[in-house]
Amino acid sequence: MTIALPPQTSSSPPGLQPEGWLRYLSFSLDHKVIGLQYMVAGFFFYLVGGALAGMIRVELVSPISDFISRETYNEVLTLHGTVMIFLWIVPVVNGAFGNYLIPFYVGARDMAFPRLNAVAFWLIPPAGFLLIASYFIAGAAQSGWTAYPPLSLTTPAAGQVVWILSVLLLGGSSIFGGINFIATVLKMRRPGLKMMQLPMYCWAMLGTSILVVLSTPVLAGTLVLLSFDIIAHTGFFNPALGGNAVVYQHLFWFYSHPAVYIMVLPAFGLVSEILPVHARKPLFGYTTMVYSILGIVFLGLIVWAHHMFTSATPPWMRLFFTIATAFIAVPTGIKFFNWLATLWGGKIALNSAMLFSCAFIVHFVFGGITGVALAQVPFDIHVHDTYFVVGHFHYVVYGGTVFVIFGSIYHWFPKFTGRMLNEDLGRFHFLITFIGFNLCFAPQHWLGLNGMPRRVAEYDPQFTLMNQISSVGALLMAVSTLPFLINVFWSAFSGRVAGDNPWNALTPEWLTSSPPPVENWKGEAPLVQHPYGYGVQPGQIDLGAATGREIWSSGQ
Amino acid sequence: MALVLTGLWIGQNVELLPVAASLNAPIYDQLFKVLFSIGSILFIGIFGLLLFSLIRFRRRDGETGDGAAVEGNLQLEIFWTAIPAIVVLFVGIYSYDIYDRMGGMVPLSDPHSMHGAAMAPQASDGSSGAVIQASVLGTPPEPSKRIWGGIGSGQISAGPALPVEVTALQFAFLFHYPQGDITSGELHVQKGQPVELRMEARDVIHAFWVPEFRLKQDIIPGQPTLLTFTPIKAGSYPIICAELCGPYHGGMRSTVVVHEPDEFATWFEKNNTATVAIAPSTSSTG
Repeated sequence: MTIALPPQTSSSPPGLQPEGWLRYLSFSLDHKVIGLQYMVAGFFFYLVGGALAGMIRVELVSPISDFISRETYNEVLTLHGTVMIFLWIVPVVNGAFGNYLIPFYVGARDMAFPRLNAVAFWLIPPAGFLLIASYFIAGAAQSGWTAYPPLSLTTPAAGQVVWILSVLLLGGSSIFGGINFIATVLKMRRPGLKMMQLPMYCWAMLGTSILVVLSTPVLAGTLVLLSFDIIAHTGFFNPALGGNAVVYQHLFWFYSHPAVYIMVLPAFGLVSEILPVHARKPLFGYTTMVYSILGIVFLGLIVWAHHMFTSATPPWMRLFFTIATAFIAVPTGIKFFNWLATLWGGKIALNSAMLFSCAFIVHFVFGGITGVALAQVPFDIHVHDTYFVVGHFHYVVYGGTVFVIFGSIYHWFPKFTGRMLNEDLGRFHFLITFIGFNLCFAPQHWLGLNGMPRRVAEYDPQFTLMNQISSVGALLMAVSTLPFLINVFWSAFSGRVAGDNPWNALTPEWLTSSPPPVENWKGEAPLVQHPYGYGVQPGQIDLGAATGREIWSSGQ
Repeated sequence: MALVLTGLWIGQNVELLPVAASLNAPIYDQLFKVLFSIGSILFIGIFGLLLFSLIRFRRRDGETGDGAAVEGNLQLEIFWTAIPAIVVLFVGIYSYDIYDRMGGMVPLSDPHSMHGAAMAPQASDGSSGAVIQASVLGTPPEPSKRIWGGIGSGQISAGPALPVEVTALQFAFLFHYPQGDITSGELHVQKGQPVELRMEARDVIHAFWVPEFRLKQDIIPGQPTLLTFTPIKAGSYPIICAELCGPYHGGMRSTVVVHEPDEFATWFEKNNTATVAIAPSTSSTG
């Protein structure tokens, strides 16, 4: 097994990595450190993006543009979208949990390319600060996170170019991460560990990484062309110079629809890890779950034009993309039914991790149903680019992915720190997040159906009440981060000591100490043949009394 | 069974949409009801199942054991693969039918003949046919020769359509009636008469949206676009720009006024500048 070399800056010869808290600020090669770096950085940007969302909701309390100027409003919504997608959700569900968990799951001591891994993370803070700094220095981009030309060619150039630069860096980081995950899952498995024995999160990350590697370069190329249009006045996407604005939309959505799956598939994987542990049952239908991930990956690549039903797309294309999009509901549905079957007949612990995961199921089913509706061209024609889409999208990525991120933090915090999070605070956090989220985004569906377009600073006064309800929900969501932050900081230092395996879980990360040592195991890594071997069977050892080591040494 | 009935009832009885004021809107609302019923059944079913599991199978105080070691069931898997597949297929075919009734499947050939007949800036129909072919294959077409069609472009029904040229620019819609050389900031149309919008954008992408008509079409610079609809209910409805077009995007709104036929004639005559010179006798001012 290759052992990562220490970074040049490390002055202490005996340690392979920088020691203590400083390693979290260093070019560390330890996958666990990098994972936590992703998570903390991601959460910082979540607070930034949340503050931006707060500004949007404050502006929309009244139907006139009175809180911030219209230009600023467009900068804020552009930054909100970009920060939340590229700096919070993608890095956290992929980078943070992926880096932390995948090496454990394949029985490796680190990722396949530790140095590339560190580079991938360290692209994120500069890109993020560049993006945020652009607001203070030159004015941020104003053309939305989609940056459709010709608007992105006519808004102030400096902000747009910085936006492109920042997204290119983040896309590069994402590609590096994707290559690393593919290599790790395919090539770093312990001898004897078969693909079909891997925990579901590995499959989710494999599928996600395939999407990342296939589609992100397309976005990068597109943005480079867009920057040529801005800086060098070329005419790729500029109709005034003979270009075509719709081509940009095709290329952009060729990445940005799979990006939804890049944000959601890892969340599916994480839920598949959390539910069996807290329901004390095997994951239902492992094989179909694997194939449904592959199905989502394949279909996810051929649905992008459903974002363009009101652009000039020929009818056959509309028909094809309607059917392809609607069919994603089938593999996705399989996953949800399997999760419900996993819960059925279990011994479900109603803790924060489980509650957040179940709320994810509810929200994602809702977002999925509106998604299938949106896939129907005639339906989409009316609600495209309205608050209906805003509601749908947030149900999928916030109600879906962000709820899973919180659930996962409650689930893996004991492993990260060796201490438990406070359950009462956790359930309180869940309650106000759940109420706030639904209060904020459910009314937006009605707003969209009745005539409120998205990305507006002012609106028809008849929509005032619904917008105010939505803003109250947003306020609750903002408040809900407080118990979470208090819980995390308090528990990290004085929470109940967790022990190695507080949940009596069977996946490999729980079969080492908490927090795990550098290179994950003292001695050989355990070979786990069945990560979901829960359930009462004759002759089985009592899981309530067993430690991880006993489970391993009993040769299950 | 009760679940299905509840879903159907919700679909039929919950009103979430604004007034239906165009020929396409009731068709749209039909689709909405079907989707809403199916969605309600699925959502209530899954939510109920989840809630039931969480309560029925929750871990009681002092319980430490595991659940049953059930790892899967092939028949169940086939069942819940097949049912959604059938539902999705049904919805897809149904919405295709709706789309067809809205006139969505016709535009590729139709707008061109219209373009040749009505717009005719450069009329060589043979070459424009070749352009269609080329553009279908993905070659960038020449913007001046191709007219893009929005939904409903093939839906010309009874009576001649009222042509209106729409220019979208930051941050307004301008409406020009070639028949009377009227330029207006509002769109005035006649109840029951099809309207043919020939839309062009000056600067950036805009979108023409009338929620009460269930109609939306992007207007993309360099791509003249044709959109037709038939209003069926008199009244004033908002026209909203639905594509981010700059700082004043939220303020880019106008009104479409659907007149009763005689009212419309009055309005048209009052503002008519072209025919006043040609045929003043027809205008009866009163």
